[in-house]
Amino acid sequence: MKLTGAEILCETLTRLGVREIFGYPGGAILPVYDALGKSKLHHVLVRHEQGATHMADGYARASGGVGVAMATSGPGATNMVTGIATAMMDSSPVVCITGQVSSKVLGSDAFQEIDITGITMPITKHNVVVTQAGDVARTIREAFVIARGGRPGPVLVDITKDAQQATTQFDWDACAPKLPPKRIRNNHDQAEFDRAVELLNTAKRPVILAGRGIMLSNAMEAFEKFVRVGNFPVAMTLLGIGGFPAKDPLNLGMMGMHGEAWVNNAIQEADLLIAVGMRFDDRVTGDLRTYAKNARKIHIEIDRAEINKNVKVDAALIGDAREMIENLIPHIETRDRSAWIRYINELKGDSAVRDIQSLPDTGHLYAAHVINDLWKETRGEAIVVTDVGQHQMWEAQYYHHDRPRTLITSGGLGTMGFALPAGIGAKFAKPDSEVWVVVGDGGFQMTMSELATIVQEKINVKIAIINNGYLGMVRQWQEFFYDKRYVATPLVAPDFVALANAFGIRAERITKRTEVTPGIRGAREAGETVLLDFRVEQEDSVFPMVAAGASLHDMIRRPHNPLVETASDA
Amino acid sequence: MQTLVAYVENKPGVLNRVSSLARRLAINIDSLTVGPTENEEIARMTIVAHTDERGAHRLEASLEKLVDVLLAENISSRALLERDLALIKVAADQQNRPHLMELIKVFRARVVDVAPESLIIEVSGTVDKIDGLLEVLRPFGVLEMARTGRISMTRGNDLLRPPLLEVESSALESAGSGVK
Repeated sequence: MKLTGAEILCETLTRLGVREIFGYPGGAILPVYDALGKSKLHHVLVRHEQGATHMADGYARASGGVGVAMATSGPGATNMVTGIATAMMDSSPVVCITGQVSSKVLGSDAFQEIDITGITMPITKHNVVVTQAGDVARTIREAFVIARGGRPGPVLVDITKDAQQATTQFDWDACAPKLPPKRIRNNHDQAEFDRAVELLNTAKRPVILAGRGIMLSNAMEAFEKFVRVGNFPVAMTLLGIGGFPAKDPLNLGMMGMHGEAWVNNAIQEADLLIAVGMRFDDRVTGDLRTYAKNARKIHIEIDRAEINKNVKVDAALIGDAREMIENLIPHIETRDRSAWIRYINELKGDSAVRDIQSLPDTGHLYAAHVINDLWKETRGEAIVVTDVGQHQMWEAQYYHHDRPRTLITSGGLGTMGFALPAGIGAKFAKPDSEVWVVVGDGGFQMTMSELATIVQEKINVKIAIINNGYLGMVRQWQEFFYDKRYVATPLVAPDFVALANAFGIRAERITKRTEVTPGIRGAREAGETVLLDFRVEQEDSVFPMVAAGASLHDMIRRPHNPLVETASDA
Repeated sequence: MQTLVAYVENKPGVLNRVSSLARRLAINIDSLTVGPTENEEIARMTIVAHTDERGAHRLEASLEKLVDVLLAENISSRALLERDLALIKVAADQQNRPHLMELIKVFRARVVDVAPESLIIEVSGTVDKIDGLLEVLRPFGVLEMARTGRISMTRGNDLLRPPLLEVESSALESAGSGVK
């Protein structure tokens, strides 16, 4: 069968099980778009290529599969950079396909020519330029293998226009992936394994640090068994949320900069940390010199480069989380940890009293209320896609996720503007699930043009803007560390209700606590996209907070009389 | 100083990936040599990096994550043979030439080019040996120098060969979640 490179690309993607491609056309990728029109693939036209990469990323995170984004050469490709870096930092399998100028003019600074493989080298797992139609199928198949294999990540395939146009013989079997013959390391080290087992069976005060690796390796079932057998309390990383049910009594909650106080204190007082599929990011450790000083550490991790990177560990089990955990389970002796667990519960101390949910209703609308009410109304079953900042932390604190892949958020790179496009991608991955985009007024303004994509695709996502009129997290830092000098954080926004309406999207403004639940209910009942503009307390802060570089136990707590004094109170 | 050996695909861009990785990890490369092996599809690199053992581990493990790197290994703590090669053009007139020849002999270097005003000396050996020769040549006037950087090999039966097995990877090949 003779096909063009462009047709081979579409055929290959179809055979790999791709249904949707998020992209934006342009001159150097036009042959592919022409072939797309004749294929069964559904192309989602985005409004900016950054949106395409976030959508593919959201698709990958919600489905557990691979997301595909497409763009033309030059600016189309460079616009993808932020989305690719976001996927890289959070180990998300995304395949980006970019058009490139014809191989005959490569290197001549042709119109819309850019060295996108050079640009994306440090932010992709791998990238390739394809200049021959005959290489298209094999390269794309390899890209999928690389994106998913080991620790997942983004792969970019740059295809020259002449490779898209040229015709060649297409034979699926002849173009099987042929990756370089890598050394297969035998990572099983019996001594390390035995040491880990001994540490697990002798620990008095163990805490598991559960990361996203649990979900990436589909280790949820094994992990739960492991926790149950060992009676291990579990602290979650932001990206690990959902990998172990929040309702489980052994789930302590989130750790780190905005983790719960008792979680951070438990980590600091532990005698054993068992890190599973997490990488000791500075946002979860605080000052490394004072981090869990009395704890021995076990690191279960697929990426050998992460071992001893930030925290020196006593036993490293390198490999797939599920496999490692399944190997460990038969060796774990059940221990009574009730004294340690009781102690952690005591560490909660007055946390519940300080909790904003416990405070008397003053008529003020707090973001934490909105998110907690959203959790109650959706019975914790929605897929929540957040942006970056205060609302993201409140979501992690007040929306309790019991199922994997139901919190989608940019952790490592902290990319504002992620939520709306990633939410669209998640909806395509899980069309029957309820998807809520929870986003600040700052991040929303970065990628709000994707509202048009929602309308054009006629999809149903719910958007909750946590609107406080500030770049809230930066304002909080200015309040705490820069003597309240609010430079460049007060933020003018358009009338979001009118804006949504202009796109043809239903919208409602909510200013009072009493309006929250009816507003959420109304949105859920609507069979279409609804935007809710929650006008929340302007100068509220996320507590607890470990200042950047401070010790993990050194937390700024919510004051006992925390309600922020505002001008309207005077 | 840590010495790593890497086998890589012998194709364009791989050197860039390797050096770019070291830059990203903030590891300063002291010397990087690359050349073909007996298998023309595979090149061998010797990387000497300004870092400690922990940094070398990270570099080694990160290098092996690159698709085009077949194997990377920190060989710093093993019995090694290391060689550096230098061409040194040194000023030489009739008077000091005999003295120069004496020194060249002591260092087991050789003269590979003779001109009225200068000589080119070829010397190979450890870095210390070449640095030593350079030191004694300096007073004569070193006009130009080119050095290859280090190549290293583990001694005896300690073999470091590139892997040749094809990896079966089709199990991962789909867009779906693979969740049963």
